[in-house]
Amino acid sequence: MSRKVLLIEDEPNIAEAIRFLLSREGWQVEIHGDGSDALEVIQGAQPDLVILDVMLPGKNGMDILRDLREMEELASLPVLMLTARGQSRDREMAENAGVSRFMTKPFSNAEVLTAVRDLHAQATQM
Amino acid sequence: MTTVNVLILVCLGYVVFLFAVAFAADRMAAAGRGKWLRSPLIYTLSLSIYCTAWTFYGAVGNAARSGLEFVTIYLGPTLVMVSWWWGLRKLVRVGRSQRVTSIADLLSSRYGKSNTLAVCVTILAVLGGTPYIALQLQSITLSFSIFAEADPSGLYREGSSVFWVAAGLAVFAILFGTRNLDVNERHHGVVTAIAVEAIVKLFALIAVGVFVVWGIAGGIGPMMERIDASEIGQWHVDAGRWTTFIFLSAAAFICLPRMFQVMVVENDDESHLRTAAWAFPLYLLLMSLFVVPIAVVGLDLLPEGANPDLFVLTVPLSQGNDWLAMLSFIGGFSSATSMVIVTAMALSTMVSNHVVMPIWLNTQEGTGSVSGDVRNIVLMARRVSIAVVMALGFFYYRLSGGGAALASIGLIAFAGISQILPALVGGLFWRGATRTGALVGLTVGFVLWIYTLLLPGMSGASMPESVLQNGLFGISWLRPQALFGIEGIDPMVHSVMWSLLLNTIAFCVASLLSFPSPLERLQGAQFVNVFDHSVAPRGWSGSVAQSEDLMIMTQRILGTGPAQEFFQAEAEKQGGRSHLPEPTPAFLGRLERELSGSVGTATAHAMIGQIVGGSSVSVEDLLAVADESAQLLEYSSQLEVKSSELSRTARQLREANAKLTQVSAQKDNFLSQVSHELRTPMTSIRAFSEIMRDTEGLSRDEQTRYATIIHDEALRLTRLLDDLLDLSVLENGQVNLNLGDDSLRSVLDRAVSSALAGAGRKISVRRARAAERIVLHTDLDRLGQVFINLISNAQKYCDADEPVLTISAYDVGGRVIIDFIDNGSGIPPGARSMVFEKFARVGGDKAGGAGLGLAICREIMQRLGGEISYLPGQGGAAFRVSLPLAHRQAAQ
Repeated sequence: MSRKVLLIEDEPNIAEAIRFLLSREGWQVEIHGDGSDALEVIQGAQPDLVILDVMLPGKNGMDILRDLREMEELASLPVLMLTARGQSRDREMAENAGVSRFMTKPFSNAEVLTAVRDLHAQATQM
Repeated sequence: MTTVNVLILVCLGYVVFLFAVAFAADRMAAAGRGKWLRSPLIYTLSLSIYCTAWTFYGAVGNAARSGLEFVTIYLGPTLVMVSWWWGLRKLVRVGRSQRVTSIADLLSSRYGKSNTLAVCVTILAVLGGTPYIALQLQSITLSFSIFAEADPSGLYREGSSVFWVAAGLAVFAILFGTRNLDVNERHHGVVTAIAVEAIVKLFALIAVGVFVVWGIAGGIGPMMERIDASEIGQWHVDAGRWTTFIFLSAAAFICLPRMFQVMVVENDDESHLRTAAWAFPLYLLLMSLFVVPIAVVGLDLLPEGANPDLFVLTVPLSQGNDWLAMLSFIGGFSSATSMVIVTAMALSTMVSNHVVMPIWLNTQEGTGSVSGDVRNIVLMARRVSIAVVMALGFFYYRLSGGGAALASIGLIAFAGISQILPALVGGLFWRGATRTGALVGLTVGFVLWIYTLLLPGMSGASMPESVLQNGLFGISWLRPQALFGIEGIDPMVHSVMWSLLLNTIAFCVASLLSFPSPLERLQGAQFVNVFDHSVAPRGWSGSVAQSEDLMIMTQRILGTGPAQEFFQAEAEKQGGRSHLPEPTPAFLGRLERELSGSVGTATAHAMIGQIVGGSSVSVEDLLAVADESAQLLEYSSQLEVKSSELSRTARQLREANAKLTQVSAQKDNFLSQVSHELRTPMTSIRAFSEIMRDTEGLSRDEQTRYATIIHDEALRLTRLLDDLLDLSVLENGQVNLNLGDDSLRSVLDRAVSSALAGAGRKISVRRARAAERIVLHTDLDRLGQVFINLISNAQKYCDADEPVLTISAYDVGGRVIIDFIDNGSGIPPGARSMVFEKFARVGGDKAGGAGLGLAICREIMQRLGGEISYLPGQGGAAFRVSLPLAHRQAAQ
């Protein structure tokens, strides 16, 4: 069964690094670099996992997450949030918005991989 | 027949008796006993010094000569007492509240404490008073002579006896009039002695009257028949004379120095006036009751040519009633002595206070401060003044020869002293009255009185006959007894009419024309509005009420607790039975000190003065109060300034705080953005370096590609740090401008080639090179940095298919303007205001910058004295850079 991850990230180099890492793990990686239509893209792509940046053009990652959690079919979708804004306030906001895992950039590749594996495992167990 | 020697003994005995009365009264007053000494009755009786020997003897004489006209002399004071007692009350209140010592002092005080005016009044009073004293001496002499005629063997010698009488009266006046220098100038001993004398003279006159009616005429019925038969009983009312005399006696009653002395200065309690208002007219009625019978019987009984002025004595003598004659003599003696004593006291106060003391103080000016001996000096001055006044009276008597009828001298004196009336009444009721007005009016009236009445009335050489007949300098309308050609009027009526009329007119006109000094205005207000300013002065009975008032006032100032403590302590200190202390001077002094701690000295003094009433609020007090108020005002205005300063500071602090909060938020935001901008390239670098480290079997291409990414991101980091540092330096103003001269063209050349050097999208740059031949004096590298930034922005963000950047330069009004306009879609209107802010990247493009470029440009242009702005409405993105051409000065 193929696993699909949707990566919403506007920095092409970071997106490419994550794609490299996850595709080697057997993930099908789709990349989208704009916040404004991110929700529709997620709905259309129906990924198993979403990796979401916070500072996005068009629409902020936090707002996308909040809206996403209010949509019935996406409420339980695992979301790994990555942000370059390393303040504790952002973590709180993300957890309030219903994030599955929150990580600050720069991350270690191993952490990202572990997080993705954990999230996927949790999701498939349920 | 009573011998003269017995008479002299009786006189001496009577004087000793008076001494004893006066002495006892003084002792009682000093000991604080003898409440009756201050009774309204004593006050009323003391007013009877109005009835001098002139009235005692002269009224009968007047009746014998002119019929009922004598009544006018009693009607005047009666009218004043009955219908004008409220005016007297005002006079008394003013006198009390201003601590006035004499009528001269009153006028001086009212008109700005003018001593000139006081001296004028004093001179007038002495001039008018001297003949009057002489008159009394004459009456005593005449009465002695009646007895002496019958007993030539006695000790009596006319010349020497007058001298001894005068000397004796002077001694009496000195002893009891200047015993002490009381603040309020009250002499209980003298006043009591005068009251006794008032009873004696009334008793004597009534006794003679009763003897005449019942002893000689044989009852009321026969007496009335006799009167009807006599010429005296006919009413010959000369309207002019009657009006004049009533008016004169009324005016004199108010203005005579001795009347002022007993009525105002010696007054203990304003309310005594109420009693006197009916009791004194009653006294006058009793005094006048038997005048007509005595005159009628005297004319009947005594031979033609007998002096009617002495009927009171000669009628009983002719009937052989020696004891009654003796009593009558004592009555006349009483009238004379009481008048002389009080007049001497009143005049001496004026002379010493307004003439002697000012001169003495002037002579002392050079010798330093006035010592405590002033008290003795004042007493000495008073004593000498009394002696001088008595001596003047004595010499006047000796010189005038005692010829004129008693009544005429009295009336002349009345007319003289009445000249004070306009200034006095005006001063009490008209605030517009001025010192100049009073002086001019007084002088006019005084001169006219001398010219029309005093001089013509005196016998002999006092005035040349030619002046009397033809007028001064031969001008007929200046004739003393027919001024302005108005003839046929009684000389007395004529003089009084003209002198008082012109006096009043002069007073009013001069008052209206002159300006009162501030002190005059203040005093004028104090006098005219005396009932608004002062509390009715109380006698002894009011002392507890005073303490209560003081208590209430103190509570208001110090608070209830401390005030009660203070009063209780004071009451205990006095050992009194009451819970309130007596208002003794010591207590008042301590209270004043206590209060002045809270409200200031002058205010405390004034407040206590208001309640205790005895001490007036002096001008100095008022000025001091005004001074304190001014200080308070200034203090409060200083406070106001301080408080406005404080509120300004508070506002500034609030603003600063808001600014700091804003700055802090901006700083948070900035740090957060810096963090983001730093972490983003670092994320790529870390991710790819881990990939390269951990991944086996990376292809050569992959390795190159990832290493390039790492390299580019590292460069991006470096650029970002450079920009941040640059911005920080620019913002802190630590930048050193490296000024140089070059043409705009070459600066643009370098910027274009530098911006387009790297790999990037192609953009064609269009320039009007001819217009760029402008020489700039500025930091050429910094300006180039701005140009490079704008060109690379166009290169990065211009979204046209064939991007074109047009650079045009103008030279407008001393400024060079360079526009950078591309053919892209431009910056959306909502974002235009943001483009120059830090990290304000428009849109989502990742064209490399961290969003600091335009912020740096703005800072640079500010340093260069120019500006950079977005130009809307140019089709594409359009930026305008402008800077002054003559930037040489500004850059330094």
